[in-house]
Amino acid sequence: MGWSRKDLVSMRELDAVEILMLVDTAASLQEIAGREIKKVPALRGKTIVNLFYENSTRTRTSFEIAGKWLSADVINFSAGGSSAAKGESFIDTAKNIAAMSPDVVVVRHSSAGAADVLARALPCAVVNAGDGAHEHPTQALLDLLTIREHKGHFEGLSVAIVGDIAHSRVARSNIHGMRKLGMTVTVAGPPTLIPPFVQELGVKVSYRLEDAIRDVDVIMMLRLQQERMTAGLIPSVREYSRYWGLTLDKLSAHARPDVLIMHPGPVNRGVELSPELADGPYSVILDQVAKGVAVRMAVLFLLAGNKGGGEP
Amino acid sequence: MSLLIRNGRVVDPAGSMDAVQDVLVKGDRVERLGSGLPAPDGAAVIDAAGKVVCPGFIDIHVHLREPGFEYKETVATGTRAAAAGGFTAVCCMANTHPVNDNRSITDYIRARAAAEGAVRVYPIGAVTRGLGGKELAELAELAEAGCVAFSDDGKCVMNAALYRRAMEYTLPFGVPVISHAEDDHLADGGAMHEGVVSTELGVPGVPAAAEDVMVARDILLAELTGAHLHVAHLSTAGAVRLVREAKARGVRVTAEVTPHHLLLTDEAVRSFDVNTKMNPPLRSRRDTEALLEGLLEGTIDCIATDHAPHALSEKEGEFDRAAFGIVGLETAVGLLLDRLVRPGILPLPTLVARLSRDPARLLGLPGGSLAPGSPADLTILDPSAEWTVDPARFESRSRNTPFGGWTLTGRPWMTIVGGRIAWQ
Repeated sequence: MGWSRKDLVSMRELDAVEILMLVDTAASLQEIAGREIKKVPALRGKTIVNLFYENSTRTRTSFEIAGKWLSADVINFSAGGSSAAKGESFIDTAKNIAAMSPDVVVVRHSSAGAADVLARALPCAVVNAGDGAHEHPTQALLDLLTIREHKGHFEGLSVAIVGDIAHSRVARSNIHGMRKLGMTVTVAGPPTLIPPFVQELGVKVSYRLEDAIRDVDVIMMLRLQQERMTAGLIPSVREYSRYWGLTLDKLSAHARPDVLIMHPGPVNRGVELSPELADGPYSVILDQVAKGVAVRMAVLFLLAGNKGGGEP
Repeated sequence: MSLLIRNGRVVDPAGSMDAVQDVLVKGDRVERLGSGLPAPDGAAVIDAAGKVVCPGFIDIHVHLREPGFEYKETVATGTRAAAAGGFTAVCCMANTHPVNDNRSITDYIRARAAAEGAVRVYPIGAVTRGLGGKELAELAELAEAGCVAFSDDGKCVMNAALYRRAMEYTLPFGVPVISHAEDDHLADGGAMHEGVVSTELGVPGVPAAAEDVMVARDILLAELTGAHLHVAHLSTAGAVRLVREAKARGVRVTAEVTPHHLLLTDEAVRSFDVNTKMNPPLRSRRDTEALLEGLLEGTIDCIATDHAPHALSEKEGEFDRAAFGIVGLETAVGLLLDRLVRPGILPLPTLVARLSRDPARLLGLPGGSLAPGSPADLTILDPSAEWTVDPARFESRSRNTPFGGWTLTGRPWMTIVGGRIAWQ
């Protein structure tokens, strides 16, 4: 069975078979990073536009490297230095870019649903590289690949996602992906950062870090945005860190010795994660970044590759 | 000039009438109802067999956008849309530019309506200057100029003391204040109903409590002042309950509901279609059920569209950045006939009452009745016509509707205003 979707907009829309196809493809592409000449001709002659309306270093670079290793022509468009800054609408900009016949548009936007809107508006493949607090499917896929490399399987694993769930597209995409692959998910954070009715997505909710991390296989810490404080969602970063920051002491006291610590980055060291943990033996944070390139290669290849063609 | 409308099913809730009758119109008044009425010399005869003849429908919540936003709608296009939708009168909200917070704007709107209006237009004046929520507009003069109610619709008067004063000051004019009940702080930044769908979509939510809190406050202020409070576009089960309790207590409160809040839920937002974005937002199934119950039992007095035209450029692209609101005049009657009357959920006479008699009584407007001597404002429905909503064919200048492509059975067939056919 092959890949049949035009776009990759959300994890919600994928079934387990599709998710595993993406993860397996990414796994097989990882070795390219170890080659002396990191280039395969899979997407030669294809054009990929990175349409980034929101700042991103890691994700944009990751997509760019992925496209280049696949021999595609990669063009970066960032809203700051473009027609968007002159007031051109999102749809107008997108249609103008579409008129130049790209094969894939990778979009990052601060508005939830931006990728859905673009996918409907454009004839080419659209990849969601993060839309507001909605979804970030390639992040979830790289998280899944990382988990499988370290744990060997998905079914039956338990994960705690800790922090600002309400504003996190990473949490949403992971919740969908993990649930579909048979994992148990607990979301944890102060109630003001837990979105309403989140239990209906099939997750457990915890309001205490020590409970949430007990006996789980994976702890995923989320970044705390400083503006949550001014919005009245938490009293202070100091208090947040005191109760929700993961430290070696808390980990040793409550978590399993073989637990994985993940973080989608960038890490607020000393806020949600203590430095000794971020760089310590439990952490697979840099591994996540490395796998990000493989996942994005897999996504670009499946969406833009020669349909029914051979291996890259 | 006389008009004889023959053999239609006449539904006139004000006169407890539901029977096949002829309606004779003389000049701009209803002359009489009866069976087998002879046509006077020179009378135009309309064969309404198979049709439903009703008192003209009145939409008390419309944004005509003129002056200031003529690219969205004008008095001319908005009233043509009203006529095409079966409405013989509309009340237009004050959030024009400049705001209708002084007599000159009210006069201007009325002059435009007199010159180009296809239906009757009753302006609603602002409560506060510039809708700023800080100081009262010149309410007495606005009332004298013909404003039939006061509202800062689109914005909530957050200052409870000022709203209290507005209620008191307008008491002698005998017109209600219309509340856009939404707590700014609770609603802050929200673009859809707060619920499981907003959680899944990652779209900032507006909790039902943002409305309930303000409905409760305004009911208490109405109780304090004795004013007539009308709550615009009720959208939550909690607000229905509050209005029901207040009415039982004898508070002078009335309420309206829109067709879209009766027929759609937040599930419609999953597509990120910006035409599912309005304020108040589409709520949950539980809320739509409570609204329907409120409409049936009379807790909710009338149906109003909150017709809110926007240009395409304001209604495309990113969901959270798009404008709030949809057009409603040309779809309301068809939607209600097809989705509520046809399945037997809402009796036709109740629908007609909530669209004619009840809004007329609520604001003390002429019409809402076919009793002899009433204004000859009539809406004639074809209950069996099948049609498909095609926004490209709207009379309105704007196309922002989530109902495009819906196939409906039942629609307005003819709209008569002051004894003249305004639309057919």
